[in-house]
Amino acid sequence: MRARMEADTGIQAFDIYGLSEIIGPGVASECTEHDGLHVFEDHFLPEIIDPESGEPLPDGEEGELVLTTLSKKAMPMIRYRTRDITAILREPCGCGRTIRRIRRIGRRSDDMFIIRGVNVYPSQVEAALLNVEGTLPHYQIILSREQGLDQMSVEVEVTPEVFSDKVRALEEVRTRLAQAIEHILGIRVGLRLVGPHAIPRSEGKAKRVIDKRNES
Amino acid sequence: MKLPQLSVFLENRPGSLAEPLKTLATAGINLVSISLADTEQFGILRLVLKEWQQAKAALEKDGWVVNVSDVVAIDVPDEPGGLVTMLETLAQAGINIEYMYAFCLRRNGRAVLIFRFEDPDAAMAVLNRENLGVVTDSELF
Ligand SMILES: [Zn+2]
Repeated sequence: MRARMEADTGIQAFDIYGLSEIIGPGVASECTEHDGLHVFEDHFLPEIIDPESGEPLPDGEEGELVLTTLSKKAMPMIRYRTRDITAILREPCGCGRTIRRIRRIGRRSDDMFIIRGVNVYPSQVEAALLNVEGTLPHYQIILSREQGLDQMSVEVEVTPEVFSDKVRALEEVRTRLAQAIEHILGIRVGLRLVGPHAIPRSEGKAKRVIDKRNES
Repeated sequence: MKLPQLSVFLENRPGSLAEPLKTLATAGINLVSISLADTEQFGILRLVLKEWQQAKAALEKDGWVVNVSDVVAIDVPDEPGGLVTMLETLAQAGINIEYMYAFCLRRNGRAVLIFRFEDPDAAMAVLNRENLGVVTDSELF
């Protein structure tokens, strides 16, 4: 995507990192080396922690980025957990700047994914399913690409509580589940009812998101 | 009288019908009637059987989602128009039919059908009043 845009337009792309809770874009940015993002350390104090234990990790180790604002006045943030997984690079950069960099953010600690420009958390899908069914059924989110467009579908295992002998009643359950998810996310999703234990479990816990967008 | 009918959720894929039936076969349970409703995505297998509690337990033990609902077995004359009289009677009484299917049984010149009514008790009251043949379980099993 990035390489194609650069090739198509002749414009160099620079990653800029930020969070709306902090200041929006501008917490860190790539330089012309495109080798990590320099954190503006005069305004932000970055730390990496183990997302499970919360313990700080040394520079170079991968973990969750935590930010403290140093110059923000109206709403300062102290050790704000970003959920973004990265590592702090302290080696000098080829561009000559001495402020530390963070590695380009590849994933988040809570499985967030982006589909059609919308940030989606599995917890949002869970909230919708819970809302309709009362208890959380086993489910799986499947991301695919059809004709160049990202598609999201959710497979939900049928539970005795929602199962009916009537086709119409089951179709209604399916529609209600799809609408509840679409209402929260604001994007169209496919919804498929599947049989009990149809979704594979590993260590008792189902893998929440299957991303097939880079296949084929 | 009302009969318990078991419904089983099936995925629409090859082999999905055989699996729950195999469970019942292994448990030594015979079917009295079988019907399948299906959509593009899933199917609902509907079964009438004598040992329905054992069947339900066996299916659930094998991980199937099972629903129990009341259906009514009715026999009509096995001749042209045999069903029409009864359907008209039910329509006049404002009885809603959710779905129905033919029972695999003909006897004494009559054919047996299974009906899932919105309100089975109201349906049976009408049928009994009009002397339209509601079939008892001892006649079926
Ligand atoms: Zn640099």
